[in-house]
Amino acid sequence: MDFSPTQEQAALKESARRLCERDYGFEQRRHRMRGAEGFSRDLWKTFADLGWLGAGLSEDDFGYGGGPVETALLQEEFGRVLLVEPYLSCAIIAARAIVALGDPPQKETLLAPLVAGEKLIALAHNEAAMRGDDAAVRTEAKRTTDGWRLSGRKTFVLGGSSADILLVSARTPGGVTLFEVPASAAGLEVTAYHAVDGRRVADLVLTDVAVSDATRIGPEGGALPGIELAVDHGVIALMAECVGAMDAALWLTRDYLSTRKQFGVTLNTFQALQHRMADMLVETELARSMLLRGIAALSDPDPQARRAGVSAAKVQIAEAAVKVTGEAIQMHGGIGVTEEYVVGHFYKRAVLARGLFGSIDLHLERFAAWSRKAVA
Amino acid sequence: MNFDLDPADAAFQAEMRAFIRQALPADIARRGRQGFHATHDDVQTWMRILNARGLAAVHWPRQYGGTDWSPLRRHLFQVELRAAGAPVPDQAALELVGPVIYTFGDEVQKARYLPAILNADTFWCQGFSEPNSGSDLASLKTSAVRDGDHYLVNGQKTWTSEAHKADMMFALVRTDGEARPQAGISFLLIDMKSPGVSVRPIYTINEGLSVNEVFLDNVRVPAENLVGDENRGWGYAKFLLTNERTMSAETPHTAFDLEQVKQIAAVEMRGGRPLIEDPLFAARLARFEIELRALETAVLRVLHMGDNDPALNATASVLKLRGSELRQRIADLAVEALGDHGLAVFPDVEGQDNMDVLAPVPPAPDYAAGWLSRMMFRRATTIYGGANEIQRTIIAKSVLGL
Repeated sequence: MDFSPTQEQAALKESARRLCERDYGFEQRRHRMRGAEGFSRDLWKTFADLGWLGAGLSEDDFGYGGGPVETALLQEEFGRVLLVEPYLSCAIIAARAIVALGDPPQKETLLAPLVAGEKLIALAHNEAAMRGDDAAVRTEAKRTTDGWRLSGRKTFVLGGSSADILLVSARTPGGVTLFEVPASAAGLEVTAYHAVDGRRVADLVLTDVAVSDATRIGPEGGALPGIELAVDHGVIALMAECVGAMDAALWLTRDYLSTRKQFGVTLNTFQALQHRMADMLVETELARSMLLRGIAALSDPDPQARRAGVSAAKVQIAEAAVKVTGEAIQMHGGIGVTEEYVVGHFYKRAVLARGLFGSIDLHLERFAAWSRKAVA
Repeated sequence: MNFDLDPADAAFQAEMRAFIRQALPADIARRGRQGFHATHDDVQTWMRILNARGLAAVHWPRQYGGTDWSPLRRHLFQVELRAAGAPVPDQAALELVGPVIYTFGDEVQKARYLPAILNADTFWCQGFSEPNSGSDLASLKTSAVRDGDHYLVNGQKTWTSEAHKADMMFALVRTDGEARPQAGISFLLIDMKSPGVSVRPIYTINEGLSVNEVFLDNVRVPAENLVGDENRGWGYAKFLLTNERTMSAETPHTAFDLEQVKQIAAVEMRGGRPLIEDPLFAARLARFEIELRALETAVLRVLHMGDNDPALNATASVLKLRGSELRQRIADLAVEALGDHGLAVFPDVEGQDNMDVLAPVPPAPDYAAGWLSRMMFRRATTIYGGANEIQRTIIAKSVLGL
């Protein structure tokens, strides 16, 4: 057991911190978000050049030998600056689905260009009625003589608006199956829109989209465990973003209280505010501890224990993030609710994190069901 | 980073679990699983079993009878002790005054007091708080005036845990009334059998007795009982209170409580099904279990920080704050889970010396006993060791720089 990062991990975090401080100011971010795609392709190329797109993947999976710790270190830094590039959707969730389900040739044709920054890939699994229940896939794939025909609706697909390739989950006779679908496929309609935190997402309508059986990733009817694993990696990575966002909001608020004057004194002299800030720090510290526990849970060989550990992290961290960033707004006063000031945007990311991949209620229920089994 | 227990540590934990299971007398373990304070005899019996194995104070330095275990192993030992229902030892001695004596005391004091603590021959109480000095401890007024080779001590201490059973008290006393408050305080060891010491019980809302008022009326204390230097006692007390805060995350206790609540909820019924299957109750229970996970990991992080890490005190305050609140909330949930049984007064039968009048035993399952008492006493967890408002101020000032 060792809680300190290795030298390489510390260096990775440091380089992410430096790049974000230099290239990811709040105004730079706003500028990028106004572009057609809502993020910077140039920056994406830089991420690829720095090796970040494969930072959490083993060398066998065309990465650089890291894992969830490396991913979390980067995501925490990205959370500080509220990154809008599709790192979570492409480099983490889609990549993990391919790692879990792809055969060696598929890994090569998908992961190699993903890590090189040449192809954007997104996991199109979510559906409106799913609400975190990964098994509730309604999109259907029907057998044809030469492959499959996919029909259905995928909603709130992270990174779906700019993806070159969509990994679409669909119900087949044997269960849930995953297919590789090019964004240009006939019968696929992609509608892009903005998520609360500035990220671009998309809804997909698939109408008899024809794909060959070679596009199937993983066994027919057996994709759900791999998809769940990929989603779990996504949840923990999103919680790492939350920890970064909370920490940034906390210290920004501290600095604000130390300079803003009312009644002739700086706000930091008021004990009512001091104690609330202490609670913000406590929440942030506990969230940081829980993140480590969540990362550890990802390698639990028992899938139910793993999911329970991920749910626990989601409940603790996402709720803390909404609370801390909400408090940050309150302590800033009016400026906190303006679009042009950053603090409210931390809150927006926390709200997204709380709602994505299932509500707090769902995760409490999942954790409770697992915990109940352990009672003699 | 690596979050797995090393195989050697895992083996150590298994070995300790087996040792405790074999060594802890069954009747003591049964009483330990109920929520009443451990009796003097149970503590003494268990401490002597541990001491015979050199395990009475594993966190002390080896030269004073401790071990050279890593902080993690010390913690794992605690986890196993609590999980087995072992009685909580004399913490005032083991956690508080012991470390002060071996850190600041002279050789005579070390030889006289430390072995007696390890063997539970001497029980201790902490004479810090006074009627008008609680959170603002440095304003304390109990005076010690040098009179030849003695100090003459006068004053009143309060909230003194276990004073009615203690052989010795370590007290903060004012030896210089002119200096600024913190600079005139000394650390004195007082024999509770000295003439002029009187103890009056304070019955607390848990239907039990663990705290007292202690009156000191012209008590003559040998000057050799001064620890360290005169007027330096505040520094020793701060050292000690840091220990108190670190231990007060108390996650092994909380984990033990939580397991018991789950077992109660698996048996108690509501609406035709076990409470643990009731979604509203299950959600509340899950929140506590989840927060405990976060706290346990925070404790492990602290254990890996090392004594000189600048973040240590801050994180210790975080642990005290949330650890104490969680202990309260879980006891609260247990009482709710017990339904009517949770609201009935159970007498502390084993600790008859604690109360002058015992309530009758209500007809109820065994597992119901002790919880109401625990819940009521837990109201104190956010008060002792520096009230949580003090912890928030410490965090605001020393961590956030507000």
